[in-house]
Amino acid sequence: MEKFTTHTGNAVPLRRSNVDTDQIIPAVYLKRVTRSGFEDGLFAAWRNDPEFILNKEPFKHATILVAGADFGTGSSREHAVWALQNYGFKVVISPRFADIFRGNSAKGGLLTIVLPQEDVEALWAAIEASPELPVTVSLEARTVSYEGVNVGFEIDDYTRWRLMEGLDDIGLTLNHVEAVSAFEKVRASFKPATLPAK
Amino acid sequence: MGKTLAEKIWQEHVVKSAQGEPDLIYIDLHLIHEVTSAQAFDGLRLAGRTVRRPELTIATEDHNTPTQNIDQPIADPVSKLQVDTLRNNCAEFGVRIHSLGDIDQGIVHVVGPQLGLTQPGMTIVCGDSHTSTHGAFGALAFGIGTSEVEHVLATQTLPLVRPKTMAINVEGALKTGVTSKDIILAIIAQIGTGGGQGYVLEYSGSAIRALSEGRMTVCNMSIEAGARAGLIAPDEKTFEYIKGKPHAPENWDDAIAYWSTLYTDSDAKFDVEITINANELEPFVTWGTNPGQGAPLNSVVPDPALIQDVEERGAAERALVYMDLKAGTPLKKIAIDTVFLGSCTNGRIEDLRSAAAILDGKKIATSLRMLVVPGSARVRLQAESEGLDKVFMAAGAEWRNAGCSMCLGMNPDQLAPGERSASTSNRNFEGRQGKGGRTHLVSPLVAAATALRGTLSSPADL
Repeated sequence: MEKFTTHTGNAVPLRRSNVDTDQIIPAVYLKRVTRSGFEDGLFAAWRNDPEFILNKEPFKHATILVAGADFGTGSSREHAVWALQNYGFKVVISPRFADIFRGNSAKGGLLTIVLPQEDVEALWAAIEASPELPVTVSLEARTVSYEGVNVGFEIDDYTRWRLMEGLDDIGLTLNHVEAVSAFEKVRASFKPATLPAK
Repeated sequence: MGKTLAEKIWQEHVVKSAQGEPDLIYIDLHLIHEVTSAQAFDGLRLAGRTVRRPELTIATEDHNTPTQNIDQPIADPVSKLQVDTLRNNCAEFGVRIHSLGDIDQGIVHVVGPQLGLTQPGMTIVCGDSHTSTHGAFGALAFGIGTSEVEHVLATQTLPLVRPKTMAINVEGALKTGVTSKDIILAIIAQIGTGGGQGYVLEYSGSAIRALSEGRMTVCNMSIEAGARAGLIAPDEKTFEYIKGKPHAPENWDDAIAYWSTLYTDSDAKFDVEITINANELEPFVTWGTNPGQGAPLNSVVPDPALIQDVEERGAAERALVYMDLKAGTPLKKIAIDTVFLGSCTNGRIEDLRSAAAILDGKKIATSLRMLVVPGSARVRLQAESEGLDKVFMAAGAEWRNAGCSMCLGMNPDQLAPGERSASTSNRNFEGRQGKGGRTHLVSPLVAAATALRGTLSSPADL
């Protein structure tokens, strides 16, 4: 996983709440067996509309997505994270994220930032006033900065450390494989096994 | 102080806990399917890792699989590749799989319970958000992403932050024609699509106790309220349901002794508690493009101008445009093109029985088509042994093979642009059932009554 410390880029205002993962990437695009190439499916239905914000200059080159509340609801498809990353997004900002989407993002190195609705509104207004506005996200300082505005955000120390170091979660867990084995020794014997099939 | 059911199950699965870190939680059962597992197996191969506990893992094919001509190769080459990839991965890593055509094939959340692999007090995960279904048995069950699928394959654990707990107490008796689906749609409309975010929902109360398979319908749609997991404490009904299933515990008495400890202590504290009056519930349908945009069937399409919250108002305005609906229209006047009966929400035998009872001896409206898709091959066989297939077909409905089908339209079962469905599935998102398709979420009873009348209807309207 790529390390994330700080990122400066253009932002796109997506003035919608409840952006579900079926909108981020419709099911017909989920049939691939790779982790790349999902950018064509990103917001596929909405991108058919030439007026959709991501079809406009300079927003189509944005790397920071600023969305309404409840972003990433619905299906657990990690393809939603891959589609955003494959397209070029590094950060998504929203007043509230769905749990599974937020977890998937952290696994893949896409930074999700929760800001209060009023801060999101202010950021939307600032981007709409000057679309090429550079926005800087510092995971190190836990801040979003633009035009002299500096907004702090919260992220737990553990996730921040993993993202900043670009660590492989599985590798971290395998460091504790003895604890897993010890747990397995005392697991209840009546718990079901799938093999042998009955 | 006592513990909630969720806290008890959590505590019994902590492998490792450290200040400032997520808990490492042991996973008792890992369900996999073709759509969210390919990249996980690839990851294992790249890192030279194996599946730690193949005997705690089971695969089925459901999302992509056709519901017709299942003896033929899958026609869509991309779907076929994905299904073949699952088969190859299972063969390579020693994972049990139930493929299309196998008697135990079906929707992953129908297969787990019917095999008796879903049991109280377990932790169950799957790369599918409707894994919350299994919570109906008093298991802590939740959907995960593909990176987490890989993590569970490699380690049989997941690092997780302990969720908050919310009690949803549903007291009273449901009126005739009101079902578990109406309970959960009403809950989602009340707390919103983000209301359960960060929580495990524990459903309790006399209306929940009175349910049997309907408990799975309620837990299934917890995710539509933003909650990763929904839970119902196991009781005698739960034990009876598991008894005799292929993987029911051989050491039954030990299992019962343990399962009987799985309830929320009377002095336990939830972070949030809400109460729903079951006596007042009506058949419920959605009018918008998220599952929180629902209303009693007897009401009208709401007027966005009357919604106070600016965000919600905007969302309602956009939803009405997409759904091609006008504020004030009685919901019962909305004409339907396709009725879909099936999915992990409402594709079990009780769902099929209740719909068949409404359709028995009658004909569906000539203005629409009706698809009946059993949740699993075994549900299909059970329905056929009871003659339900004949009831559906005599009414003019199509009797299909098992799978996710039109719930998400990854297979050929899709809505055409502009087509409107009454669907017993779980999501009314834009384009969910086919590009440009419009979805109204309904119960199996409303689905059947709607099929007969051609407009959204309840059995009371017949």
